[in-house]
This record gives sequence, structure tokens and C-alpha cells, in this order.
Amino acid sequence: MNDGLYDSIIFNPAARQTTVLFGRWIFWIYISMEHLADLENQSVFILREAYKKFKNLAMLWSIGKDSTVMVWLARKAFLGHVPLPLVHIDTSYKIPAMIEYRDRVAKEWGLNLVVGQNKKALDEGMNHEKGRIVCCEALKTQGLQSAMEEHNYTGLILGIRRDEEGTRAKERYFSPRDKNFEWNFKDQPPELWDQFKTTFAEGTHIRIHPLLHWTELNIWEYILHEKIPIIDLYFSNKEGKRYRSLGCAPCTAPIESQASTVEEIVEELKNIDTAERSGRAQDQEDTYAMQKLRARGYM
Amino acid sequence: MNESVANQKISEVAQNVAKLMRLVIVGHVDHGKSTLVGRLMSDTGSLPEGKLDFVRDICERQGKVFEFAFLLDALEEEQEQGITIDSSQIFFNTKKRHYVIIDAPGHKEFLKNMVTGAANAESALLLIDAYEGVQEQSRRHGYILKLLGLTQVAVVINKMDLIDYDAEKYYRIKAEYEKFLESLGVEAKQFIPVSAKLGVNIAQRSDEMPWYTGPTVLEMLDQFENMPPPDHLPFRLPLQDVYKFDANRVLAGRVESGRVKKGDKLVFSPSNKTGIVKNIEAWSVPNPPSEASAGESTGISLTEQIFVERGEIASLASEQGPIVSSTFDANLFWMGKRHLEKGRTFTLKLTTQEVPCEIIEFKKVIDASTLETVPDRDYIVKNDVGELTIKTRTPVVFDLFGSIPETGRFVLVDEFDVCGGGIITTYTPVAKEDKLKEEARYRDSNWIASNITPEERAYRNGHRPALILITGNAGVGKSRLACLLEEKIFKSNFQSYLLDGHNVRLGVGADIDNEEYFSSGEAVRRYGEVVKLFLDAGNVVISTSNVFNRQDHSDVRLLLEPNPIVEILVSDETTPTGKPDVVLSLEEAQKETEAVDKIIAELKAKKILTGHNYSI
Repeated sequence: MNDGLYDSIIFNPAARQTTVLFGRWIFWIYISMEHLADLENQSVFILREAYKKFKNLAMLWSIGKDSTVMVWLARKAFLGHVPLPLVHIDTSYKIPAMIEYRDRVAKEWGLNLVVGQNKKALDEGMNHEKGRIVCCEALKTQGLQSAMEEHNYTGLILGIRRDEEGTRAKERYFSPRDKNFEWNFKDQPPELWDQFKTTFAEGTHIRIHPLLHWTELNIWEYILHEKIPIIDLYFSNKEGKRYRSLGCAPCTAPIESQASTVEEIVEELKNIDTAERSGRAQDQEDTYAMQKLRARGYM
Repeated sequence: MNESVANQKISEVAQNVAKLMRLVIVGHVDHGKSTLVGRLMSDTGSLPEGKLDFVRDICERQGKVFEFAFLLDALEEEQEQGITIDSSQIFFNTKKRHYVIIDAPGHKEFLKNMVTGAANAESALLLIDAYEGVQEQSRRHGYILKLLGLTQVAVVINKMDLIDYDAEKYYRIKAEYEKFLESLGVEAKQFIPVSAKLGVNIAQRSDEMPWYTGPTVLEMLDQFENMPPPDHLPFRLPLQDVYKFDANRVLAGRVESGRVKKGDKLVFSPSNKTGIVKNIEAWSVPNPPSEASAGESTGISLTEQIFVERGEIASLASEQGPIVSSTFDANLFWMGKRHLEKGRTFTLKLTTQEVPCEIIEFKKVIDASTLETVPDRDYIVKNDVGELTIKTRTPVVFDLFGSIPETGRFVLVDEFDVCGGGIITTYTPVAKEDKLKEEARYRDSNWIASNITPEERAYRNGHRPALILITGNAGVGKSRLACLLEEKIFKSNFQSYLLDGHNVRLGVGADIDNEEYFSSGEAVRRYGEVVKLFLDAGNVVISTSNVFNRQDHSDVRLLLEPNPIVEILVSDETTPTGKPDVVLSLEEAQKETEAVDKIIAELKAKKILTGHNYSI
């Protein structure tokens, strides 16, 4: 046997592996964060395509973990810059800490923040007691629709993911919406070899989903890897509860959890078997709640 | 020894844990794809808690018998129709690694969804119903997997319970489909007899088929390999955009193949501009990168700023460059409502390039459901495939699919919709034009330069190099005029040279017989290349064109670009063809001294004869 520490080290970047020969022993060391780099590369490619192909594009920032990761990815794509307006639809029922976090991060990162609100519906007293789906449609879908009309946006970048729930699993990276905001999920454009639908009939607008291929666990692993500042509501509080998905205060419930750091959340998610959006009341309104909401323009 | 094997095993697992295998399941409608997916999820314990009960509950309410397929059909409409509309993505794990399955539907209407799923997968399971046997979609999907370049394919013969696990029937289907795949040049990794509904040979073996000793579906899946990014191939970076957010100008794009590092010399196609990599740009990384390889979305800054745009492809000067052409042959599948036919313009999207194109030849039109050639047809209908020749309005940059897949495939857009996908199979420069451009491009980029620049030569000579071509019908006195022009220019202390096409033929063309020399285009090509040498030496070359026609003139221009060519036409026609620089009537041409002076005046006006010690 060789007296040295090892016989040889062969680094093979193509396979992302290092082979260490030690006597008749072979060790392979793998770079475990490689899958995050793949996810990041794909999202950056999509963000750059979107920015190049569409004028009047905005990014929807819900303040949650996904869209905050998306803003971070935009900074990766545009080398520290975010050359797009960030739209936040404020239903007025958001958890107050979200607004504080939003304004602080927007300032720190130099973001161009645009806040949209359906004031008319709020003046008329819209709230979840009138029906959760009705309320979501008025305050979120219509709030978004009027913000888009006001600013003349023809495209919107959203941080939805396929693994969130069934209808989102059916989405495309570049997904057209007709002039009534409707999603024709039965007749969607093909997407192959990263060639996306970028030309449209008059009146259509586009939704772009750069995080479609990420999972909830991926998002947290990436937050850990990149040290992205995430709102405290996701971390376990004194009562042993944390939010797993953020929304309006009346319709969003925290889960029982002791996870108070990003590392602990990553560990928790590796062993969890409940759905991410189980704390979101509107999803449970009826069997096809999300399909109905999303076909009419919900995020 | 055993220890070493054990360590290898452990490391293999370590390798795959982080990696995700993208899997697509295809096949004819109702052959059990959704059932198989539901079964895989259930048997690997990958269903969220309560999901099984939730779906059982819905079935009960709607008065239906529970099926595993319903686990996937999240959309209301789908459950009503009993078919899966779109390729949804579902995650599951084996002990070895994570999988994402794309449940591609089999209904004919939804071929574009199947394509979307399969184009994003690394491996495929193709399902065939043991009871129904090989059907239309079994063949079509097989062909499309081949076109998409998916080679990790296992064929799953499902519903074995419906044929009483009959080995003979299984082998008959296997033989039939094997023969079909063979005709495509595809080899299935494995054939597996299963019952997805009853869970036979999915995660567990069972006693029903002792004659089958191969792997279960899960064991087979774990044998598939993740595709490493193609960083061993020549470097290709299609430009997505150019960013000028601050003083730094950054070329943005994704490395499709190969690798690039600081200091490398880049060549951009089709512009042929070059630049040296100053930095690999990145934001918020612990160490600034010094190189980028296949799969990475990156940014590059150059030591000197050059004007390049989205659509150009960067390659390394030290490696084989891509092909630039406006015609190529491709294999293509068509998903459009309207036919793919001649005479219409489509948009070709290849990497980040977008150009109008048309189909100039249908070499073979194939009915994808039977894989039979449809004779005498020059259009392709929805869901069929074909081999054809495409001509683009401006040249595109590409590689053959067989050498670099990422830059060898494209989609066709009809009006607003992506309607077809294809791979570039061969590039034979059919158009003579392409061939000559290719020749000039290769020659110029590999030319060994001398220490003396063209500017220095021009300064010394008192003129720029140029070709003066005297054209007109036979017998109008072109040759005499050419001789006098050469003499007059020479006597003004310039470097003039009379080069007759006939002289080139005598020596340079001596190896080819006369007929072939003129019919094959070699006469023009060799003449052009000889002129090119004289121009490189700085001369004013004077020729007549008795042996060349108008098409030949434009071919000569292609070879000589960017050198100026001055055409002197001797003719009485009031509307001459082409764009001559000087037109001399027959009468003017006969007054030779004045005619020569007129030509020289034109050469001075064009700043070709500049006079000595004139710096250009």
C-alpha cells in the first residue's frame, strides 16, 4: 500500500465527481448542491428570455419564500440588477409583518415596487366571510387585473411551482392568458427544447413561471445555500408554530413545528407528508377550488 | 475486495441522491399510463398523506370505481372525460434517487403535450396494452422519442392480467414492437410484462409470470443513467441578450456545449467577429468564476467591445466552429392545425435565432401511425412526420443534431404557434451560393496573414486592390479595351494585371476536361480564387468575361467579398441587366483612349486609384 495520504485524485467536472484512489479502495466525492445549480441555470435562462422578448413586463412579489427567491434569481440573471417593476397585490388583510418586510427589502435591494389594491371592492366591504373564492377573486385576481391595466403590463412573471398543487402542475413556463384573463388549460402551447411561445394574437397577455420546476424543498435548500433573507413568519415562534405558506391573515393558518432556522425547515420538509398549502383555506373550499380560481386568472 | 465493491455501491447511491431523473411515460390512449404512474407513487410511498383517501372519497361521491389513474387527474374536466389532458409532473423516490414523472397523455389530439413532456425527459417508459397489442400511438410515440433523441427507453407491456399472463402472447407483441423499433434504429433497454392495476412487476415481482426473469419497472428505472451535460463537445454559446446596466457590457447566454475560460478567443457566427474573454460575470458568488461549462447560464465580458446581438453563436477560435447556411435537411414532426406545405412562410426558432423560412423539398412524408411512406405528397398533416429541406431567408448558425444536439434542433412557428419540431440531419450545401460562402468563410478565417497589412500595401501601391470586369456581348472590343486599360494603369506606376479566364483554365484548370470544367462551376470557382490571391497581393486585376454569365458574376463576387468589383458594360441597350458601374456605348468603346480615361476617372472617383502616398 502507498505511504502517501492517497494514491491519486481525479477530478471529473463533466460527471461532477472527484475520484480518490486509496490502495484498492475507491471513493467518489460528489458536489451535492449540483441540483440547485441546475435549477438556478434554468430559471435564469427563462428570466432572461422573458426580459428580452416582452416589453412592459412586471414581476409579482407576494413577499413569500418563492417569489422572494425569484427576485433573488432575477438579481442573478441581471447581475445584481432587477430591471423590472415588482407588483405586490395588497388585499389589506395581509399579515402586518409582511408589509414591514416588503418595504424593508425593497429599499435594501433597490426594487421598483408597485402596490396594487382593489379599493372599490374593499370600500364595498369585501372580506372572506362573503365566501373565500369570491373574496380571492375580488381582492387578488381583480386587484391584479386592474394593476396590470393601470400600468399597461402585457406580461407577468410569477413564482408558482408544479409541486404546489394539481392545476399548477399542468402549467407551462410561458403561459398565455386571453383578454378576459382566462387560462385555456385544455389547449396549451407545446414547450420543447426551451423554445417558448413568445408571439400572440392581439389582446393576449403572458404569464411566465421561472420556478415551475422547483419543489418546496428545493426552495428552502436554495435559501440556505444562498443565505437569502426570508420573512420571520416561516420560522417557529414561541408557541411552536410556523407558517408554511403565506397569505391573508384570516385564511392562512400556521402549522405545528419546532423548525426555527432554515436548516431545521430543510430537515423538517425531508420527512413531512402533508401538503404545503394545507393551511390555505381557499384551496379547501370545494374539490376544484384552485382549478376554478386559476382558470379565471388567479395566480 | 468485497469492501471495495461495497464502497463503490455506497458511492453510487451518494451520487444519485442529489440528482433527479426526469422520466416520461408514453403510449396509446387507455393503455394504462396514468394507472402506472398512480401505482408507482403508491408503491414507493410517495403520495401525500390523505391523498389516496381523498380520491377514493371523490370516486365514491361520483359513483365510480377507484382507479390509480385518478390520483393524477387533478382537473375536474379530466375526470369527466376519463383522460389525462396534460403532462403534469409528479415526484417520487426510490431508495436510489428522486424521480419526476411526466404523465404524457396518449390521446391523438394531445400530441403537443406528449412532445412537451418527452422533450424534457431523460428516459422513457413506453406502454403497450397486452390485450390490444401495438396501436397507432405506440408507433407514433416510438418515432417521436427517436426524433427527440431519447435513447433510454424501456417498453412496458401492461394489462398482462387480461391475457392470463400468457407468455406466448407477450413474446408476440415484444417481437412485433422490437421489429418496429429496429426499423427506426432504436434499441429498447428492456421489455417488461406487468399489470399496473394489480401491481405486478412494478415494485414487486409475483408468482404469475415465473417465465419472466428480468427487472421490475422500479429496478429498470434505477438502471437508467442521468445524462451528463455535454461539456466535452466544442463550445457553443448562443447570445440571449447584451446587458449594459452599468459601465460593463455583458454578453448573456447559456453555454449549450463545451466550456470557455478567461482569455479564450471567441468567434461569433454568423458575423465572424472575434473577441477575447475578459471575465466570466456572476452576481453573489463566493468566488468569481474563471470558466463556464455546458448547462450554465452565464455572462461574458470581452477585452474590447464589439457590436454583437441576440442570435449570434459564440464558439472558440481553437475549436471546430458551427455551420452557417440558409439550407439544410431535417427530420420533423408536425403538430399544427394547418398543413406544413410549400409556399408558406414559417418562423424558424433555433437556439436564440428567429428567421423566416420555407420548405423547399419534401424528401419523405411518413404516416407516423404506421411508419409507412406516403407516396407523392408534398405536405405534412397534423401528427405526421417527414424528412425535408428547409431554406431560411437569412443564413442560420447550427450544428448537425448528431454532433451537438443542443444547436442541431429547432421549432417551426406557424403564425403565433409552435407547430413543429425538427432535428438537422444533414447539411449538403445544395445551393452553390452556400457552398461558395462556406468556402470563402473557411478560407478567410483560416488564412495565414503576412506581416504586411492591406493598408500598407495600398499606401505603397497608390491604390486599393480591385477587380475590373469588362462585360458585354462578343465582338464589341472588350479584350482590346482590357489590354489598353492594363497598360495605361501600369504606366501610371500602379500594379495592374490582366487576368483572362482562359489563362486560368490552361494551367490551374488543366486537371479537368473541358466540359466538366465549365458545367461543374469549377471554372468560376478557380478563377475567383486566383483573383483573390492577386487582390490579396494588392493588384488591380482586369478581366473580360467571355466565358462567364451573369450568375457567374455574382458567384465571383461571393468569393471576393469585401474587395470592390467594378463592372464596365459595353452595350447599346438602354436598360442593361445587372448594375454596371460604367456603361459604354459601342461607339464610345471604339474611341479607346477616351474610353480608358473614362474608366480611370471612375476608379479615381471610387477611391480605388488614390495616388501614391495617400493614406487610406
